[in-house]
Amino acid sequence: MSGLGQALQPVLAMREELAGILGLSLLVSGVAVVVAMLLGVPAGIYLGLRRFPGRQLLVTLVNTGMGLPPVVVGLVVFLLLARAGPFGALELLYTPWAMIVAQVIIATPLVVGITLAAVQGLDPRVHLQIRSLGASGPQHYWKIVREARLSLVAALAAGFGSIISEVGAVMMVGGNIRGQTRVMTTAIVLETRQGNFALAVALGVLLLVLAALFNWLFTWVQQRSKA
Amino acid sequence: MSLLSLTDVTVRAEGRTLLDLPRLEVHEGEILVVLGPTGAGKSTLLRIAGLLQRPAHGHLAWRDEPVPWPTPLALRRRMAMVFQAPLLFSGTVLDNVAYGLRLRGERGSALRDRVDAALAQFHIAHLAGQRASTLSGGEAQRTALARAVVLEPELLLLDEPLASLDAPIRERLRDELRQAIRGRGMSCVYVTHELPEAFTLADRIAVLSGGRLLQVGKPEEVFYAPNQRAVAEFLRAGNLLPAEVVSAAGGLATVRIAGRILTAASALVAGRRALACIHPEEVQVALAPGSAGEWLGATVVAVTDRGPTLRVDLDCGFPLRALVTRRAARELALRPGLRVAVTLAPASVHLILEDGAPNMAR
Repeated sequence: MSGLGQALQPVLAMREELAGILGLSLLVSGVAVVVAMLLGVPAGIYLGLRRFPGRQLLVTLVNTGMGLPPVVVGLVVFLLLARAGPFGALELLYTPWAMIVAQVIIATPLVVGITLAAVQGLDPRVHLQIRSLGASGPQHYWKIVREARLSLVAALAAGFGSIISEVGAVMMVGGNIRGQTRVMTTAIVLETRQGNFALAVALGVLLLVLAALFNWLFTWVQQRSKA
Repeated sequence: MSLLSLTDVTVRAEGRTLLDLPRLEVHEGEILVVLGPTGAGKSTLLRIAGLLQRPAHGHLAWRDEPVPWPTPLALRRRMAMVFQAPLLFSGTVLDNVAYGLRLRGERGSALRDRVDAALAQFHIAHLAGQRASTLSGGEAQRTALARAVVLEPELLLLDEPLASLDAPIRERLRDELRQAIRGRGMSCVYVTHELPEAFTLADRIAVLSGGRLLQVGKPEEVFYAPNQRAVAEFLRAGNLLPAEVVSAAGGLATVRIAGRILTAASALVAGRRALACIHPEEVQVALAPGSAGEWLGATVVAVTDRGPTLRVDLDCGFPLRALVTRRAARELALRPGLRVAVTLAPASVHLILEDGAPNMAR
């Protein structure tokens, strides 16, 4: 017991800083996944319902984007936001905003892809049925959201899961600055490098618990909306 | 008056013509049954009539006003459609039936009253709170029908709505559906490939095959006076025999079929080649000729039990099929080899012109 107590000593000593890291992780990934849903769900529905020139190319891009290496996203966002880059004047690099931008880019294709698959998975006659009962364009889209909501929760879970546990992009564009842009994953990397294994493991466990908690929440919402 | 008309409507896909309609009208207050085999273009026709698909060519008119594209929502809301699959949404039966009314901004007790009436009409009031995903096939289709009928559309479009149901439920629902349509004074286009359904419901029948409209008319007209071989075959008219008009006078034609002479009620003139269409149930079989009318001597070739009726294959010099009741078969002691007398009223012999153009589709 005393061994465990000793191991937890540095964790407890850092609990205020840890709370800050946890809070920032949730804030950055939470805002990013909300933005990704706001962008991705309408885009996924549009791609699923409409046929237009260039659609196939967009679908291919989305599918590629679903497997985008976070570190490459980090690099691109870094170059865009760097002082000499096109958006350098905004001075967003090494701020939580840069991290949100990178995470939105990672999560959005996942949300679009899962939404697209959900819309395409609906019986095509459902669309005719909705319209034949007198739905306007927006009413039709809203009904699709409602009918595909189980998949949308899955899109939310996949999007959030992909960014809360991501390290490459936030490290590059956030810089892992203590008290400013340090999140769970970058803190784990840092503590491991510095040989603070107990702290790194504690952070790792915390991240796992967090992921499990959110997955449980998403599953609960999904089951509830299915009933 | 024409509620909806389709003129010169064609639909093609992958080089194939799915639909080619010079003209089709849905009259105000009628049930128009579109009858045809699978792949005839029935569902395509229904999607176009429901303004859910724009035809490649042609135009539609609603009460003689041209229908513009994209179609105005207000016009689409005068129609509702039910498919073969119930296609219910998630949520309860009540949510489903209320859906279209909610789209139209209906709320509160007015909504509830209309929904309750529709639920009661289709005998699903007790299922109102039940999840749509837990319904049986019959209950789901009742819900789908209630969801469309509750809107009291001016035009109800039904795409084989009973096809996936068991026979007893299908028959019951068919009667309920007819009552619902008639009771609310709706016009209806009903697509099916089932003859009993067509005859139970139709004011007029349109026979569609290979994307072409073959004949439109009252049920008995289409059934007893098909205008071409394809219609007669699809309606299982029974006996289709090559015939030649020998003479004609006063609406009666004397025809020769395999050397035997028969009289048909027809306006065809002498010398024309025709197809004599004789329904098996119109063939009267007796042991001896009756006092009136023409008769043909025939030999029973085979007797096949079909439950309520028996099918009798006869040889009159040409093969002829008759349907007789069980009682008649017992009284006549019908068996292969028996000599019988066959009587055919002129009205039960319908002639389809075979040389030259087919009779015009009406």
